[in-house]
Amino acid sequence: MAHAFKKETFRDDYTYRNSPEAIRRFPFPFAEDRYMYSVNMEPHTSGAPGSVVEHTVDVDEHYVAECMDKAITLSKDPGRYAALPHTMDAQWDTLELIMDAMSRDYPDQFKLTKNGNEWSWENKPLGIKDTFTFGDRSTLPMEPFEYIGRQSQGDWVILDQRDNDLYADAGIVTSQADWSLMFDAGMSFMQWHGPVPQAHEMGVFERALKYLLNMQYGSPVRRLNWTMTINPRLDTSPENYEQWGHERNTVTPQNAGEKVHLRVELQTLYRLPRSNGIVFGIRCYLISLEELATYPRWAKRMHRILKGLHPDLVEYKGLTKYRESAIQWLSRYDDGAPLELGTQPE
Amino acid sequence: MSSVNVRVAAVERVTPLVKHFTLVREDGSRLPPFSGGSHVVVSMDAGGKVYRNAYSLMGSPADTNAYHISVRRQERSRGGSLFMHDKVVEGSVLQITLPTNLFAISRMGRKHILIAGGIGITPFMSQLHDIERNGFDYELHYAFRSPEHGAFADQLKARCGERAHYYIDSEEQKLDIRAVLSRQPLGTHVYVCGPGPMVTAVLETAHDLGWPQRHIHSEQFGAPPGGEPFNVTLAKSGLVVEVAGDTSMLQALEQAGAEIDSLCRGGACGRCMVEVLETDGELLHHDDYLSEAEKASGKKMMPCVSRARCTHLLVNL
Repeated sequence: MAHAFKKETFRDDYTYRNSPEAIRRFPFPFAEDRYMYSVNMEPHTSGAPGSVVEHTVDVDEHYVAECMDKAITLSKDPGRYAALPHTMDAQWDTLELIMDAMSRDYPDQFKLTKNGNEWSWENKPLGIKDTFTFGDRSTLPMEPFEYIGRQSQGDWVILDQRDNDLYADAGIVTSQADWSLMFDAGMSFMQWHGPVPQAHEMGVFERALKYLLNMQYGSPVRRLNWTMTINPRLDTSPENYEQWGHERNTVTPQNAGEKVHLRVELQTLYRLPRSNGIVFGIRCYLISLEELATYPRWAKRMHRILKGLHPDLVEYKGLTKYRESAIQWLSRYDDGAPLELGTQPE
Repeated sequence: MSSVNVRVAAVERVTPLVKHFTLVREDGSRLPPFSGGSHVVVSMDAGGKVYRNAYSLMGSPADTNAYHISVRRQERSRGGSLFMHDKVVEGSVLQITLPTNLFAISRMGRKHILIAGGIGITPFMSQLHDIERNGFDYELHYAFRSPEHGAFADQLKARCGERAHYYIDSEEQKLDIRAVLSRQPLGTHVYVCGPGPMVTAVLETAHDLGWPQRHIHSEQFGAPPGGEPFNVTLAKSGLVVEVAGDTSMLQALEQAGAEIDSLCRGGACGRCMVEVLETDGELLHHDDYLSEAEKASGKKMMPCVSRARCTHLLVNL
């Protein structure tokens, strides 16, 4: 894919938009009319050409703008990057994983040269060129995890595996759907998922944890998760709630198509080789209902998902204030006829 | 599970009973780095019969040119170690899984006590790299039968200095587990790998002294993948599918063209569940998905990890 990186914003004037190509490859998550949690994990192997899972780490038209937005968030709130000291092996593992993937899959944009532990990294879109010693923290301008985290889209969390559990011990988190790194750092897998309604009763997290503890190096997995966001805002953190929470009150049945965005997270998990840790990537894709309705099939499905959503999930995902407006806006696309299974746009 | 072909680059006799094998990738490319305490499962093709044994990686986790394993000759065993000793030579080709770690250093530990008996020294050889790189405090206690059986003892003396302690059985030197564990500060972790009685003694002593369960680690290899071959009959087509010892039932069903969905292939998601209609034997459940009651009912199984011991198994496919 040849990249023309867009100039756009994820705050203030919100100029973020998807090109027709970006809409077509949007990871629409709903294969059927009803949504409920499940352990929907699958091997993170190369998917269809052009799709967001074609490559290990997806770099798309929003790459430069997202990295800039991340830098703004980090400068206002340095606490969005946190790492406990024992995560250093896992930090280098993560740096290698992301650099290997980006330079292999986008050789025109990213270049990695390894000469033993002397590495050179060139990131053309961001204009970065550095030489450093792999494993030697003092040769990079910041910790390796922050360094590579700033140069990739989405959030990353390092999970340390010990005592048959996983602990979120490092993270670079600037595009989270209303969860806080400071609140979750050091928490175990079960504590971290404590607030999710409906899922504990189903044993979803117990099974997911067992699965992750057994995850093998070389066999990463992925799943999709979703919520909704008003305006194309990446940083919907609890810390900045006062900046975005009120935007939920501005939605009407008339402007819902433009304001209400489906927010899909492509979550990927990789076993790290040297540290035996796991890195958890949370990549956010945003699309307005208007853009989504470019493909009426998707709008019709979205209408049914929102109408039938369990009240606990409506509350948990924070949709209460504008769900009705979104349903009204989408209703014009729903003729009531049955819709075949599948997430395809047409 | 991902696996790679390796060529034996060197074989070295370390003690009268232990051989050290250096493995490089057959295609000449690099192996992945790994974490100390990891093991690989080595598949040996002994003319139709396939042996699968797990061996700890001993080398430096940063060395991606070669993996190192050591094999003790076990006269009374299923045959894998004898095959390694008698048939595998420089140039032999073997298949290994990518490394898995069930015996990792706890990175929050304040101090680490490593207790090895005989060939149980092997996982510590790579763990020591992680411990040294991270600057952790540790003690190594290594017990072996007689001076000639102390595999790698000389190397360790140079490497560990005063942190290592040796106990030679033939010289009446006994490891006093209780004394070692009693003098440790709070926050210490203990790791043991060795003969069964030694592992049991360490676990019991640590419990007895009130060590928290999560600070006590012992090496345990998971059940090797695969098992005995069996046949499964598909009710809808009448097709009989043979599940070989080194194949999962899911793989065999897929190869036979059965319509079966799957997702995680690790016994967690439940997607590939099949309904068992009849069997004259026993279902060997290895999944985390079915409840104990469901497993006991014998009506469902997860073919990605589970198997059967029977002469007849009819499933609703």
